[in-house]
Amino acid sequence: MTAAASPLRHTPLYGEHLALGARMVPFAGWEMPLQFAGIVEEHHAVRRRAGLFDVSHMGRLTVEGPDAAAFLRSLVTYDVARIAVGEGHYAVICRDDGGILDDVYVFRPGEERLLVVVNAANAQRIGEWARARLRQGSRAVLMDRQTETAMLALQGPEAAAHLGALAPAVAQSLAARHCTEVELGGTIAFISRTGYTGEDGFELVVPAADGPGLWRSALGGVERGVQPCGLGARDTLRLEAALALYGNDIDESTNPLEAGLGWTVTFDDGADFVGRQALLRVREAGVARQLACVRALERGVMRAGCPLLHDGRPVGRLTSGGFSPTLGASIGLGYLPTELAAVGTELAVDVRGKPLRAQVVQRPFYKRGKAG
Amino acid sequence: MPTPTDRRYTKEHEWVRVDDGVGTVGVTDYAQDQLGDIVYLDLPAAGTPVKQFEKLGEIESVKAVSDLYSPVSGEVAEVNEAVANHPELVNEAPYEEGWLVRVRLADPAELDSLLTAEQYDALIAEAQAE
Repeated sequence: MTAAASPLRHTPLYGEHLALGARMVPFAGWEMPLQFAGIVEEHHAVRRRAGLFDVSHMGRLTVEGPDAAAFLRSLVTYDVARIAVGEGHYAVICRDDGGILDDVYVFRPGEERLLVVVNAANAQRIGEWARARLRQGSRAVLMDRQTETAMLALQGPEAAAHLGALAPAVAQSLAARHCTEVELGGTIAFISRTGYTGEDGFELVVPAADGPGLWRSALGGVERGVQPCGLGARDTLRLEAALALYGNDIDESTNPLEAGLGWTVTFDDGADFVGRQALLRVREAGVARQLACVRALERGVMRAGCPLLHDGRPVGRLTSGGFSPTLGASIGLGYLPTELAAVGTELAVDVRGKPLRAQVVQRPFYKRGKAG
Repeated sequence: MPTPTDRRYTKEHEWVRVDDGVGTVGVTDYAQDQLGDIVYLDLPAAGTPVKQFEKLGEIESVKAVSDLYSPVSGEVAEVNEAVANHPELVNEAPYEEGWLVRVRLADPAELDSLLTAEQYDALIAEAQAE
């Protein structure tokens, strides 16, 4: 990615990152921590204990008013009416042709209040795109909440224990994919039991000015064992959990059905969301390719862009790739013709001219145990 | 970590320490720190001829892959099997247990074209000032 001409933006937690000696990198127009202690150490901390991420670079839009749910339903693939107050659901925003504009998380903290968390790189254009679809007279108000808030993700098997020190009732009772609003340190915090790591965890949104205080109390000192984590670990964790990354695994040239996100698409409510007709056609015809989990069977590291070969013939490319600290092997995601996307298909991955033996494996690569 | 003065350095952040005509090659502390967690090394087998400043192999961190360049010409005499099995040794002890290969030197005079520890430190100070 080329450096943007405009100066990099800073989240409300920028000063905290510098104070902790984070290695900062440009990401989607923001100067963000790549790592604090090191990617592998942070990765293991989240898998085994707890880690804290600054995810304030993610866009946050609210849609409020009597028509909020209906308006949002016209934009996203999932039936917003099925999201009860206090719940959230993952969804996709498509173009008319079914190509993915963004993947989002829709929360419903109130009957007529919805929070949409969008990718950093897409935040501005999704906001503008949504606003352009707001009909005159609609009783839905769209607001960009990004600059006025900070967003943190507390993730890991011990996340609930650590949140318990701050918000005991929430830590105890908030179910997975649910959300609530509580008083936290003199401010109102939005808390959801969600994340992007494959672990249990919470995401918290507070007014920007309260971000640094929440960050510090969530870290709670080194002895409490919450590891500050950067974008590096965020990527290795989400890849193990086979969670798609916008711009890599999904983009305007891919549709949610081939990306394995069919579960985020509701057809049977009859709502005419953007992309519905195109996705119905894809569903009828069947997907020609599918996003598959690929695991290397020998040493070496597969990267995004590496060609996938089957019987010596190029059949696709990896859209994500890297090293899995949990598995101790290289893993990746890539689109394969449907007939080759089945678990067990043997592949060769062209790693800079050298073929690496690999195999299609079950999605996800890593799934946390039920206990804990 | 102080830069050892018993060896020479390349601008590409490799080092070579010569004992009895055999150069032990590794990457610098600065290199391992910049690369981050190292997870794989692609190194030439013993017997492979190598040329000064030409590609020696590849080093993979969680973040990215980088080329390794040979600081000297000669023939690979030995590969560090320990780092092949435990690439994190390069992060933990880049100047000692984390060495990569040993090269039988073809031309010891090549060492004169490499940086001293002092010159290498100056290079890093310059890079960090940017």
